[in-house]
Amino acid sequence: MKFTLRVWRQRDAAAAGAMTTYEVDGVSADMSFLEMLDHLNERLILSGDTPVAFDHDCREGICGACGVVINGQAHGPERTTACQLHMRHFRDGDTIDVEPWRAEAFPVVRDLVVDRSAFDRVIASGGYVSVPTGSAPEAHATPVPKAAADLAFDHAACIGCGACVAACPNGSAMLFTAAKVVHLNALPQGAPERESRVLDMVDTMDAQGFGGCTNTGECATACPKGIPLSAIGTLNREYLRATVKGRGNRD
Amino acid sequence: MTDYTAYGVGDPVADTKAPDGPIAERWDRRRFEAKLVNPANRRKHTVIVVGTGLAGGAAGATLAEQGYRVVQFCYQDSPRRAHSIAAQGGINAAKNYRNDGDSVHRLFYDTVKGGDFRARESNVHRLAQISLQIIDQCVAQGVPFAREYGGLLDTRSFGGVQVSRTFYARGQTGQQLLLGAYQALSRQIDAGTVEMHPRTEMLDLVVVDGRARGVVARDLVTGRVDTYFADAVVLASGGYGNVFYLSTNAKNSNATAVWRAHRRGALFANPCFTQIHPTCIPRSGDHQSKLTLMSESLRNDGRIWVPVAKGDTRPPNEIPEDERDYYLERMYPSFGNLVPRDIASRAAKNVCDEGRGVGPGGQGVYLDFADAIRRMGRAAVDAKYGNLFEMYERITAEDPYQVPMRIYPAIHYTMGGLWVDYDLQTTVPGLFAIGEANFSDHGANRLGASALMQGLADGYFVLPATINDYLARHPHDEVLADHPAAVAVVAEVTARLDRLLAVDGDRTPDSFHRELGELLWDECGMARNEAGLRKALGRIPELREEFWRRVKVPGTGAELNQSLEKANRIVDYLELAELTCLDALHRTESCGGHFREESQTPDGEAARRDELFSYTAAWEFTGTGRPPVLHKEDLVFEHVHPTQRSYT
Repeated sequence: MKFTLRVWRQRDAAAAGAMTTYEVDGVSADMSFLEMLDHLNERLILSGDTPVAFDHDCREGICGACGVVINGQAHGPERTTACQLHMRHFRDGDTIDVEPWRAEAFPVVRDLVVDRSAFDRVIASGGYVSVPTGSAPEAHATPVPKAAADLAFDHAACIGCGACVAACPNGSAMLFTAAKVVHLNALPQGAPERESRVLDMVDTMDAQGFGGCTNTGECATACPKGIPLSAIGTLNREYLRATVKGRGNRD
Repeated sequence: MTDYTAYGVGDPVADTKAPDGPIAERWDRRRFEAKLVNPANRRKHTVIVVGTGLAGGAAGATLAEQGYRVVQFCYQDSPRRAHSIAAQGGINAAKNYRNDGDSVHRLFYDTVKGGDFRARESNVHRLAQISLQIIDQCVAQGVPFAREYGGLLDTRSFGGVQVSRTFYARGQTGQQLLLGAYQALSRQIDAGTVEMHPRTEMLDLVVVDGRARGVVARDLVTGRVDTYFADAVVLASGGYGNVFYLSTNAKNSNATAVWRAHRRGALFANPCFTQIHPTCIPRSGDHQSKLTLMSESLRNDGRIWVPVAKGDTRPPNEIPEDERDYYLERMYPSFGNLVPRDIASRAAKNVCDEGRGVGPGGQGVYLDFADAIRRMGRAAVDAKYGNLFEMYERITAEDPYQVPMRIYPAIHYTMGGLWVDYDLQTTVPGLFAIGEANFSDHGANRLGASALMQGLADGYFVLPATINDYLARHPHDEVLADHPAAVAVVAEVTARLDRLLAVDGDRTPDSFHRELGELLWDECGMARNEAGLRKALGRIPELREEFWRRVKVPGTGAELNQSLEKANRIVDYLELAELTCLDALHRTESCGGHFREESQTPDGEAARRDELFSYTAAWEFTGTGRPPVLHKEDLVFEHVHPTQRSYT
């Protein structure tokens, strides 16, 4: 297969970027999107050009490192990560636009690589249960209803890739933050910090420069792990509840 | 002419830290005898942790909770992405919730036996003991393990054992355990007790007066090379499976941290003990960048076969029953498709070598669910394996409900690693290695669902207890950045990066990595023999020479430069590959993941040679391309008596 790629090239955070056009030939339908970029990069190196920088690691859809906007869609046309998107989903001869995540809270580092450390700061502000190593009670001391465990898992599946933020017209991180709040607040182990968690995480989220939520729903459509939009409703409810109830046991 | 197969033999190496006495009391005794650091003094100690996977994330969080100052590194953009995240199956623990006869002693026994009697008994017993606390800790963190309707934890059974002791979180157990450790680490980062350096790669170790005192690391965004000092250094940088290029490891997982430590004096143990997983998706062409594993639970209901005739290219559905060879069922009637990983992998290689492999390049065998669908119904198969079928279809565009899956083995885990004593300390004082980076617990073969157990045991419980003893016994003065030892290491690291950029040849870094990987896979993969290993040992130095003459690394060192990162890792692979082959050549027995064709039973099974090889091979570095020195650690089995495995 043969494609015309228009790729965002930007030397570093301070430089101006631009779309650059490349013709890529000899692409196999079985290549993943990232293998297609590998293929392009091998050629660029040999021709004395600079290869395209992009984040990637596990290449099996679980680490959350990869993510580019493909023809205007976060991770491209299939509901999966860019590493699990294969070229058979494109037509021979297509022109494909490849851009980095676009969001104020995710500054471009180089080419398709962005800085998502704002996500880490959201988690660090409350996305945990405070349980120092060694202090845990016996695992069966607290049974957890299967429904609660399943609900927690469904939201814990988030891989932190940032597609939700990239897809949102406001650059909001509500789906990401909601996924962690719903995961931990659904479990008895998360109950003691239930209020402080949601208050602190939402505060941090706002401080990191993510936009507000206008219920567009693009985030849940782009999510490769199927985090449901209902999570945002739960987040809002948890936030309101915590505002009324106060910070709970922590202060 | 240089003899690339030469090596010297040095003094034996011994683990001087494990207490003697009853095995079940050794860990208690060690913890009691270990010196402690007064809580008020802990903040005066800095510990460097390299890596944020299960072992590193757990260690960083725990050391910080105890009051130490932690400086931690990962090459990823976030500590949440370490490759532990990709583990699917589960984590073993001897909870005996099923009341099915499990116990700490049984988990210990299974692990020693599964490791084909090449692991240290004291370490493995401790691992089995700690397994209980790991589950408690993870549940308390909010890890959403699978549960029964009564609200209690569910377990399942896993290859090679007869009890149900594997705890799991759907097919994403590694992800959920890692996020638990990451969240605990994040809490400490927020508290200011962990100084986290993401997108920063350790490129060398700083040894001052014989002790590990810091690392030299490169900021992958700016290219800046800096020295970081500490009172002790912990390597939790994972395994070296990517030396084979194609593996199930993450693309950027690498061996640089452990290899540089080896060059600075840490012995490297059993590099030839590598594990090959039988149920991976075969490569689809030369563009393949990595391999994807599918849970081996598929072998519970899928039947493995190839055509009877060589070069049979008919579609599988057109091959009649009597022209199919269900070779595992034929060769191992009592275990059938459920033989251990190494046996299933080797049998697949053999039928493909005979010319009966299927799919592109003939490098694959069928895993057929047609019988299971007839027997159980499509809905039941879907409930059990639906997510795996979906993953397979996404990658191959073939529907496993209609046509049999194709599978082929792939490199998956490395049992070998830095040699450590009972305290997980390497032979460089003050340098510790935990998780897959060390060699300690799995012998020559790791059992399923035991990697997560070991990573978390080392990180949460073992290292934080043993490192106290070292820190308490070795009070340190501060090392200044202009210490000659540190300045020399920085100069060496910088010179190597500059040299890579200066070659400006005509081959890409990846082309060398692929070539090395293919060579290693062919000669030091599923089956090894003397001629092949000698061939590889002759070829690797040539490849190394060619690399330094022809590699082309674009750009500069003062920017985000992924080609430079790759090339710099390949330099270390080109040395590690050589030691791996030499270790495989010297061990003229078959054991675990290491199958020497010269050492087989009459019916073609692996033949261990305990009288000659009941030892850990710990290698000392003497210079690139120079013969290393072998130090043997004799293995003593007081509680589990070595037997030959049999699955026919």
